[in-house]
Amino acid sequence: MADDKKVPHPTISRRAILAGGVAMSASLFLPKGLRAQDFPTDQVNTTGLAVTDDTVQVGILHSITGTMAISETGSVQAEKLAIEQINAQGGVLGRKIETIQEDGASDWPTFAEKARKLLVNDKVASVMGCWTSASRKAVLPVFEQNNGFLYYPTFYEGLEESPNVIYTGQEATQQIIAGLDWVAREKGAKSFYLLGSDYIWPRTSNKIARKHIEDKLGGSVVGEEYYPLGHTQFNSVINKIRLKKPDVIYAIVVGGSNVAFYKQLKAAGIDMTEESPLLLTISVTEDEIRGIGGENIEGAYACMKYFQSIENENNQEFVAAFKDAYGDDMVIGDVTQAAYLGPWLWKAAVEAAGSFDVDKVREASPGIELTSAPEGYVKIHKNHHLWSKTRVGHAKADGQYEVVFETDDLVEPNPFPEGYQ
Amino acid sequence: MFSGYSMSELGAIFAMQGFAGLILFSVFVLMALGLAIIFGQMGVINMAHGEFMILGAYVTYLVSNLFAAYAPGLFGAYFFVAMILAFCASGLLGMAMEWAIIRHLYKRPLDTLLATWGLSLILQQTYRSVFGAREVGVTIPDWMMGSLPVTDLIEVPINGLFVMVLALAISAAVYIMMFRSGWGRQVRAVTQNRTMAGAVGIDTERTDRLTFGIGCGVAGIAGAAFTMIGSTGPTSGQAYIVDTFLVVVFGGAASLLGTIASAFSISQAQSILEFFLSGSMAKVITLLAVVGILMLRPQGLFAMKLRK
Amino acid sequence: MTRSSLFRRDEAAGLAILALILFVVFPLMLDDFRLNLFGKYLTYAFVAIGLVLCWGAGGILSLGQGVFFGLGGYCMAMFLKLEASTPEATAIQSTPGIPDFMDWNQITALPLWWEPFHNFGFTLLAILAVPALFAFVIGFAMFRRRVGGVYFAIITQAIAAIATILIIGQQGYTGGVNGITDLRTLLGWDIRPDSAKVALYFVNAVLIFVCLFVAMAIRKSKFGRVLVAMRDAEDRVRFSGYDVASFKIFVFCVGAMMASIGGAMFTLQVGFMSPTIVGIVPSIEMVIFCAVGGRHSLLGAVYGALLVNWAKTTFSESFPELWLFGLGALFIAVVMAFPNGLAGLFDDYVKPRLAWPGRGRRARADNPQPAE
Repeated sequence: MADDKKVPHPTISRRAILAGGVAMSASLFLPKGLRAQDFPTDQVNTTGLAVTDDTVQVGILHSITGTMAISETGSVQAEKLAIEQINAQGGVLGRKIETIQEDGASDWPTFAEKARKLLVNDKVASVMGCWTSASRKAVLPVFEQNNGFLYYPTFYEGLEESPNVIYTGQEATQQIIAGLDWVAREKGAKSFYLLGSDYIWPRTSNKIARKHIEDKLGGSVVGEEYYPLGHTQFNSVINKIRLKKPDVIYAIVVGGSNVAFYKQLKAAGIDMTEESPLLLTISVTEDEIRGIGGENIEGAYACMKYFQSIENENNQEFVAAFKDAYGDDMVIGDVTQAAYLGPWLWKAAVEAAGSFDVDKVREASPGIELTSAPEGYVKIHKNHHLWSKTRVGHAKADGQYEVVFETDDLVEPNPFPEGYQ
Repeated sequence: MFSGYSMSELGAIFAMQGFAGLILFSVFVLMALGLAIIFGQMGVINMAHGEFMILGAYVTYLVSNLFAAYAPGLFGAYFFVAMILAFCASGLLGMAMEWAIIRHLYKRPLDTLLATWGLSLILQQTYRSVFGAREVGVTIPDWMMGSLPVTDLIEVPINGLFVMVLALAISAAVYIMMFRSGWGRQVRAVTQNRTMAGAVGIDTERTDRLTFGIGCGVAGIAGAAFTMIGSTGPTSGQAYIVDTFLVVVFGGAASLLGTIASAFSISQAQSILEFFLSGSMAKVITLLAVVGILMLRPQGLFAMKLRK
Repeated sequence: MTRSSLFRRDEAAGLAILALILFVVFPLMLDDFRLNLFGKYLTYAFVAIGLVLCWGAGGILSLGQGVFFGLGGYCMAMFLKLEASTPEATAIQSTPGIPDFMDWNQITALPLWWEPFHNFGFTLLAILAVPALFAFVIGFAMFRRRVGGVYFAIITQAIAAIATILIIGQQGYTGGVNGITDLRTLLGWDIRPDSAKVALYFVNAVLIFVCLFVAMAIRKSKFGRVLVAMRDAEDRVRFSGYDVASFKIFVFCVGAMMASIGGAMFTLQVGFMSPTIVGIVPSIEMVIFCAVGGRHSLLGAVYGALLVNWAKTTFSESFPELWLFGLGALFIAVVMAFPNGLAGLFDDYVKPRLAWPGRGRRARADNPQPAE
């Protein structure tokens, strides 16, 4: 990990590339379309993957039915968009990407079954997929045993570092610490009420948050509480929040519960624009706001790596292309953007390796960078997570976030944080 | 946990917590009334109840979009139109389903469970195909979101009040229909003894269809009302199904009064536990208590004395 | 019905055909991947057989079979997890030697009730005894008070809901919503490669036959006939002096044990266990397997579980956005058009043509019109 310790800065690494650095990854610097005949199939594919002279097959594995379809649809759309764009540029090593899409049906054994199908039967070169931690945990042994390669888009709790997965979302410390620091520094927050849906991501995240609040910020946690997934009645906890009067409500509620929580919070007369208490969340992206209604969450803060409103050229192009493909009323959340990175990172790694073989792609992956990422610039860490910036957004009534803070440097991913366990 | 608070603060919190319990009670009543008619009176295990509710929610969504586009001036009032249309849509769909499926299964109640489960899968996928897999955002008129300050400390959420009034109104309407109207007498006659009811000249088929339709229609209204407090997506309906059935069974399936009493006791228990424990445990303990009591008293709180 | 032989001739023929399909046709026709899938489907067949006993023969419809399936699965998963969590393999944890999810939840010592699951013998015993005990408690409470039919179905459904919330809420001890994952070996035998899955498939198939024999023996016995009598006219059986509740409790326990065996095999076959398999939706789906196969037919249950799961996989591969329509329509069709499921279709349309001497009529008598 030693060579990754210094924080790479976009300008520095661009210089490195221009100077002939090996990380020739970003599509900007490659001539459009490598020619397939320069990369004979028997050389770029020595392990029997589904690669022909003109095509390469890639799997997409998300829930398009069941309760998780609500969240995973955006990821599927982003992945398909990225693949179309890659194909329009000539594909990967001159080969068009063909996708095989499977439905995980919000059911973890089905995810494992479909992953096995993609790897064993279809022999796909890589898989873009999974959303919940549970589905990732279910497919992980399948990927490790069959030596598949998965690009996983969701921000998640960390505590994992598989050689067969590239984590394109943020792990918990990346997402949490910068946001807490910001709210303590800028808003003088001292007391926090932690709230979440009852499963591993909110619990682990809140554990890290609690440690950071108590040990590093010198603040206090006045309440911590979990509700079952799908819970729709939050009036009791809202009363408890009134009783405790925290400076910050730190909410990690997910799924349909989100809608119920924010609507009831607003109806109970807690106006988030007044910021007393201030609401900070790490689980509400623009996607969720569509269901919640912008007017119901106006004034809340969210901490993640990407917001649709980020101003840079990459993002403007990405947003335009996404709306062009799926309609003007589409919104793009953090996970959708992370899912969009998957195919691009894979393409970059394959072309750096000059091979589709999973072992070679894995070897080439650390250090791969993407200057064309909508979020700006990302680079794969040795631990298979991404270096990325963390941002704080302020929710507006139109359902968009206004970016109010952005870390100066890329934040190092640290899936096994010392002192936060 | 209460040290360092003044008496007035504590009083205010408890008042609001009591109110939260009442809102939960109203939500339960709205959820359960439709099912109390369909399951309690007709004996049909309608696993698609949640999907009928969500149909009402989607109707509300469509109506709100229509008003926003064509009659923005009347937007504040669209909710009432939406509730009427939700009743009609869910009711008509319910009558159609009764005609197509349920009427063949009255002698096999457990089979209605399987058939309506299949129906719920089809409805979910239909919603997904029509409205997309994502949740839709239903814009609630401004006057309904927000709260009335009663004192400095106590604030009463308006949508909570609205749900309570609605629950009262619908309970009253159902009560009058079931126990004070000729139609209600027919319904009760048919459910108690179908053959005899037919013999004395009641059109049992028509009565069944209408009863089922009204049960579904009430579910539709509940769904419309729940857009204020919950989410609207293809699978949102499933979140309600267990609570709903437990409320009805706990009350003693055949008794409307029982349904209301059980909604009250379950909601109060859950609301109080939620205040002192964490959310998940409160839910588990409430459910366990309900199941435990049902094991000791399987006929529910208010059982109708029937000779089997 | 003669008691001279254990099985009637058509039953023996049915068993032989099933054996042929499971032991010869599938292994020859399917590649390893598909065979593994069928291995997974077979684990559901255990539940379906148990349900035929409870529901088809006893008239008890449980919507909580997923709980028993899960109990067996979790028992097996706990054993496998402990085997996988050797101090060497978990050296990076703050407390080596305990399952990884416990370490993530700041649990520093193995909980006492996990300890016995170091022992394989105890685990096997637990897979049979824990669900049986649990079923006994539920059955004792409910059947003694003459709770039946619809009420029983809904209460068991609530139990499935509670179990899910409880497992998810106690994630330090249960692995939470992720479940118990990353299981590697069974007594040193690696369960992950395809060859192991094929072996497990055959273990499954053999166990299915054991369960079928047990179930048939139960149905054949006097006990089985009391059950059927109970289903059709419970009060008359009670007035004849039989202790109806005890019979129901017994058959419910047997059904629970079969579900539990299925769950344990499921864990081995799939390599993890999670609360989604315990909840309401899978529990209802298990009833559907049984209904599609024919709620009165033990062999039908096996075919039902295989067919529905195969259809689910195939539909969702070919038409991922439409498969719920197909599945939903299947449920409605089973109830409306052929309430006795595949077995009923077989009896009505195929059997008469086969013309087994003097068999058709009697077989009918075992498969009456559904009565609740």
